[in-house]
Amino acid sequence: MENELKAGIRKFFERIVKAILALSGGITSFVILLIIIFLFKEGIGLFKSPVVEKGYVLCVHASNPIKQLTPYQIKQIYDGEITEWEVGKLIVPFRFEEIFSLYSDEELGEDYSLLTEKLGEVVAADSNMIAFIPEQYAPSNQPDIKILPTENITFADFFGGKEWMPTSLPAPQFGVLPLILGTLWVSFFAILIALPLGLGVAVYLSELASEPVRKILKPAIELLAGIPSVVYGFFGLVVIVPLIQRVFDLPVGETAFAGSLILAIMALPTIITIAEDAMRNTPKTMREASFGVGATHWQTIYRVVIPYASSGIGTAVVLGIGRAIGETMAVLMVTGNAAVMPHSLFEPVRTIPATIAAELGEAPTGGAHYQSLFMLGCILFIITMMISISAEIFNRKQQNKGV
Amino acid sequence: MSKKTSQKIAFIVFRLLGCLVVGILLWILGFIIYNGIGVINWEFLTSAPEDGMTSGGIFPAIVGTLCLIVGSIIFAFPLGVMSGIYTNEYAGNGYIVKFIRIMTNNLSGIPSIVFGLFGMALFVNTFGFGDSILAGSLTLGLLILPLIIRTTEEALKAIPNTYRTGSMALGASKLQTIRKVVLPMAFPNIITGLILSIGRVSGETAPILFTVAAYFLPKLPSGIFDQVMALPYHLYVIATSGTDIEASRPIAYGTALVLISIVLIVNLLAAFLRKYFARKVK
Repeated sequence: MENELKAGIRKFFERIVKAILALSGGITSFVILLIIIFLFKEGIGLFKSPVVEKGYVLCVHASNPIKQLTPYQIKQIYDGEITEWEVGKLIVPFRFEEIFSLYSDEELGEDYSLLTEKLGEVVAADSNMIAFIPEQYAPSNQPDIKILPTENITFADFFGGKEWMPTSLPAPQFGVLPLILGTLWVSFFAILIALPLGLGVAVYLSELASEPVRKILKPAIELLAGIPSVVYGFFGLVVIVPLIQRVFDLPVGETAFAGSLILAIMALPTIITIAEDAMRNTPKTMREASFGVGATHWQTIYRVVIPYASSGIGTAVVLGIGRAIGETMAVLMVTGNAAVMPHSLFEPVRTIPATIAAELGEAPTGGAHYQSLFMLGCILFIITMMISISAEIFNRKQQNKGV
Repeated sequence: MSKKTSQKIAFIVFRLLGCLVVGILLWILGFIIYNGIGVINWEFLTSAPEDGMTSGGIFPAIVGTLCLIVGSIIFAFPLGVMSGIYTNEYAGNGYIVKFIRIMTNNLSGIPSIVFGLFGMALFVNTFGFGDSILAGSLTLGLLILPLIIRTTEEALKAIPNTYRTGSMALGASKLQTIRKVVLPMAFPNIITGLILSIGRVSGETAPILFTVAAYFLPKLPSGIFDQVMALPYHLYVIATSGTDIEASRPIAYGTALVLISIVLIVNLLAAFLRKYFARKVK
């Protein structure tokens, strides 16, 4: 009787432990779910933000036929790049602060009670004027004045925009193209450098190196993977950047090329380890068959081993790209961080992770800028998910070969 | 060209590439050690930064990094080991395990800056922890989870099945078998994962930028809701945005050397443990 009870308690206890273990087994899936929820919740908010700075409106004369303006058009108007409403009608851009040079504090009344009225007069007086003023002072009930409806930032503004100026007034520019291109540009050249190098070393390790050499090389490569990215960035900053500046005779050394070089070094361990693994797993029978028909070792490598390991090499490349695209600190420190469309390897560029790292500290929580950085995070997240999945596919192909 | 000569040329190229990689490693290590070794002394390691971080030491940053290591491991190690035990011992070989493995892989592929964003949104803002050791440790803990899970799984996989069946045959339950037979044997290798994650935590910068790291804070933390300085962030700050970058260069070299030493020690320890473990299983 007592024994039965004990056995019952033990069984119950084991079940509870199993349940707890099962719960912790799901922890990674749960974390990914949370990441998705929180990133996208904040990120999507961007598309509910107005195109002009929050709390401000744009007013024009009532006779002006304009209905709405994109953020980029607003910026161009205030930068003087668009100067005419239509041929012959010059745009007169007006900023709120200018009112204080037109009227004295007394004329604006006690506690600026007359401010709205005076603003109304200014805008009504000039049919070509566009005025950027706080919502609370907007002359909303004057018949001569039209307040442009506040549009929200659209997907097209974000994904098609070529300017990233999140703090520009009156309309912040959240064009993500230069950042995406900057990221791809730097990562692409990093892989272009790292791939031949990494594959070469993988061949050497799996085919040629003697046991003692392997024993030195393998830990060395692991060490290379273990060095913190900020140390790579520091090394890049004090060694690679000045070197590039001198060798290529550039005004600044902080360029896309510096980023690619550092990223190439950082992606090497990933590429080498995975590619070497795949090559070593080539069945002995296949090699021997190749030797048997008179092939040299080198011919066997590039006709048998490398084709056999091709999917594994695919995994290596994809994961290397993933490492390069997501890398933050090293890139932030050596690429110069100019948010412009990349034209050459020897100009400063800016990547998505570096933008997040550099700007999140200054972006007010919950504002459009903050949300846009989370949207960048979403883009990164989606890219790395696609990379993980394609790595998985390559990996499965490689494993199926073994059967 | 005969096939013998093309083989010779190819092999020479491969050997050179192998040397090149070792060369790059030695270059980086040598450069940091050569420039940093003169800076490191007892005072550097035990005093606070002074004069706008152009002199003094890095003690608060070392303490901060230690706090983050301890915090993230308290959180992630038990969770990761339990998760590893579940996938390897309980879950069998069905779709659930495949799904869990894919998710773990995915999590390890997510860039560290995304963890930073997430940690800021969840721990700092939603939970209201503010910039604190707690928020930073949790963020870093999530980052090292996949590493701990994977090493645990591998450690468990290396235990031959005969031990399990033997224990079961003696009448032990599954849980008893895991607790008394499998875990003790796998332990050194599980610890390897723990040690490697120490290296990872001490070097990561992006996840702590917005969750814990302080630009300059010469006093030591008094609780888990305090901000701290951390070694990698400190290196970033004095390398790029300090008050006088030239004057703080020696400190930057010193900090980089401390960081690299941690990584070196951690890797050596892990390698040693792995060897020890391999012998034990034989």
